[in-house]
Amino acid sequence: MEASLAADFLGIQMKNPLVVASGILGTSASVMERCAREGAGAVTSKSAGPEPRTGHANPVTLAWNGGVINAIGLTNPGCREEVPLLRETHRRLRALGLPLFASLFAPSVEAFGEVARVIAEAEPDLIEVNISCPNVGSEFGTPFSATAKSAAEVTAVVRKAVKLPISIKLAPNVPEIGRIAQAVVSEGADAVTAINTVPAMLIDAYAGKPVLKNATGGLSGAAIKPVALKAVWEIAQMVSVPIIGTGGISCGLDAAEMIMAGATLVGVGSAVALEGPAVFSRINRELEAFMTQEGYPDLASMRGKALPQK
Amino acid sequence: MKTTVNHRSLGGIMRPYRVANVLRENETTHTLLFDGRLPEAQPGQFVMAWLPEIGEKPFSIHANIPLALTICDVGPVSNAMVNLQVHDRLWLRGPLGNGFELKGSKHLLVGGGYGAAPLSFLAEEALRQEGEVVACLGAKTKADLILVDRLTSLGCELRVATEDGSEGSQGLVTEVAQEAIDAFQPDCLYACGPTGMLLALADFCQQRGLPAQLSFEALMRCGVGLCGSCELPEELCQRLGLPGGWLVCHDGPVAMIG
Repeated sequence: MEASLAADFLGIQMKNPLVVASGILGTSASVMERCAREGAGAVTSKSAGPEPRTGHANPVTLAWNGGVINAIGLTNPGCREEVPLLRETHRRLRALGLPLFASLFAPSVEAFGEVARVIAEAEPDLIEVNISCPNVGSEFGTPFSATAKSAAEVTAVVRKAVKLPISIKLAPNVPEIGRIAQAVVSEGADAVTAINTVPAMLIDAYAGKPVLKNATGGLSGAAIKPVALKAVWEIAQMVSVPIIGTGGISCGLDAAEMIMAGATLVGVGSAVALEGPAVFSRINRELEAFMTQEGYPDLASMRGKALPQK
Repeated sequence: MKTTVNHRSLGGIMRPYRVANVLRENETTHTLLFDGRLPEAQPGQFVMAWLPEIGEKPFSIHANIPLALTICDVGPVSNAMVNLQVHDRLWLRGPLGNGFELKGSKHLLVGGGYGAAPLSFLAEEALRQEGEVVACLGAKTKADLILVDRLTSLGCELRVATEDGSEGSQGLVTEVAQEAIDAFQPDCLYACGPTGMLLALADFCQQRGLPAQLSFEALMRCGVGLCGSCELPEELCQRLGLPGGWLVCHDGPVAMIG
C-alpha cells in the first residue's frame, strides 16, 4: 500500500508536509501560486514589517554546492501593503486546497503586536513570527530569539494581538533552543518553526573583503541540515506543539529525517535555487517512495522516531 | 511554452578575473575582455559581476573564448565597471540562467540598444554550426549602436535602424525585423532588448507562427531563483503564454515563445 503524505497541522489538513520557507519566493501572489502548483503543501509569505524596506544592496546572495548565504535584509512592502497581497494569495491557494502562512517581523516587542494585528486582517491560516532574522542586527540589535525572556515577551504580545494560530521562528545560534521553545509555548505559541539561517559570512581572499554587501548574512542549505535536525530534536523533547522543521532539506530522505527528529511539517528553502519550485514535487515523490518501501503508512508513524524512547 | 533547463548551475562563489583588453563600443558602453573563460557558458546566459565594496549587477555574456562582457554605464556600479582598465579585477559568479537554443539553420537576431550584448555570442555559435544569420540592430542614434562591426566581421547580414535616422533606416528595429522575417524566412527569431520591443516582436512572431526566443532584463538580486525580485509581471506572462511566477533569473532570461 502506498504511504500517505497527508499532514494534520493544528487542525489544518494538508496534502503533504512541505512548506515553502519564509523568504523564498514569498513576494507575490503569482509566485506563491506557482509554488503551490509545483507541489508545496503550504506556502509562507516573505516576512512583512511595519514599514516598507528595500533591503540590502547587492551582493545579497551566493549559492554553491554546500549551501546558500544571504543577506537580503527583509525586503518587504510594509504590512499594510502586504494585506491585499496576502488576501489575493490566500484566495488562490484556497482554490488549490493549500493553507497560507504569513510571516512577520518588527523592530520592537510592541511593534510585533501592531504588525500582527495588521497582518491578521488578511486572515492567513498561521502567523509565523520571525524573531530570528540574522541580517538586520545592525539596525534592530540582538534578535529577540537570543534569549528565552525576549522570545517569550514577543510571543505574549502577538498572542494578545491576534486570535489566529501563531508559530515562533527560532534561531539556531543559542545554547539551549529547547528552553526558548518552552518559553514561547508557555506564552501561547501554537507551533514552533526551527531554524532560521545560521549567522555566517564569506570573505574573498583576492579582494580581502567580505563578499556580501552587508558583510554578514545567514547560511542555509545542505550545510545546515545537521544543525536544524539537532534543534528540532531538542525542541521536540521539550514541547508538545507541532514543529515546522526547516534547514537544509533537499530530498525525500532529508524530509523523513526531519520528521523523525520530531517535526510535523518540513520547510524547504534553499533547495529551490537549483531546481526551482519543481523541487517540491520531487521531494514529495521521494518521501512517499521511502515511506512505502520502509512500511510507514503515514507521517504520524514516522514522527519522532529518532527521539529518545521515554 | 516549454521551460528548458540546460547547463544550470548555481554559479558558485565569486571567481576573480583580470581585464585583458577594453573595446570601446560607444560613448557609454565598453566591452571588457578577460583573462579566462566561464565553465560551460551558453549564449544568452548571464553572470553576476561584483566589485568589492561597490556592488554587483547582472550582465549577459558577450563571448566566452576569451570571456567578454559588454557593460553600459547606467549607474554607479556599472560606471565603476565600465571604467576598469587592463589588469584590473572583476569578480564573477555564473554562468546563470537558461540561454538561447539554436533552432533550425536560418537565424534572425534582433537587438535593441545595449540589449544587443548577448547576440554576438549567439551569432558566433550559429555560424560555427554553419547556420545563416541575419542580425537587426536598433538604437536611438548612430552613437548608441553597439556590435555593428563585430557582427559584420563575423559574417552576419546586418540591418540597422535608428530612431533619428542617423544610421540605417529611420524607425524602430521591430520594423526592420518584420521586413527581415518576410525577406529571410528564418526558422527562429532571437531577441534581446527593452520589454516593449520584445512584446512587439512576440506579437508579430505569434501571428506568423514563428518561434521566438526573447531575453528579458530585470532587476536581479539573488540571481538563483530564491528572492523573487526578477519575477516577470503576471500580465506579461499571460500575454506571452508563460506560466505565472516566471522568474527571469531561473526560468530565463530567455523565454521560449511558440
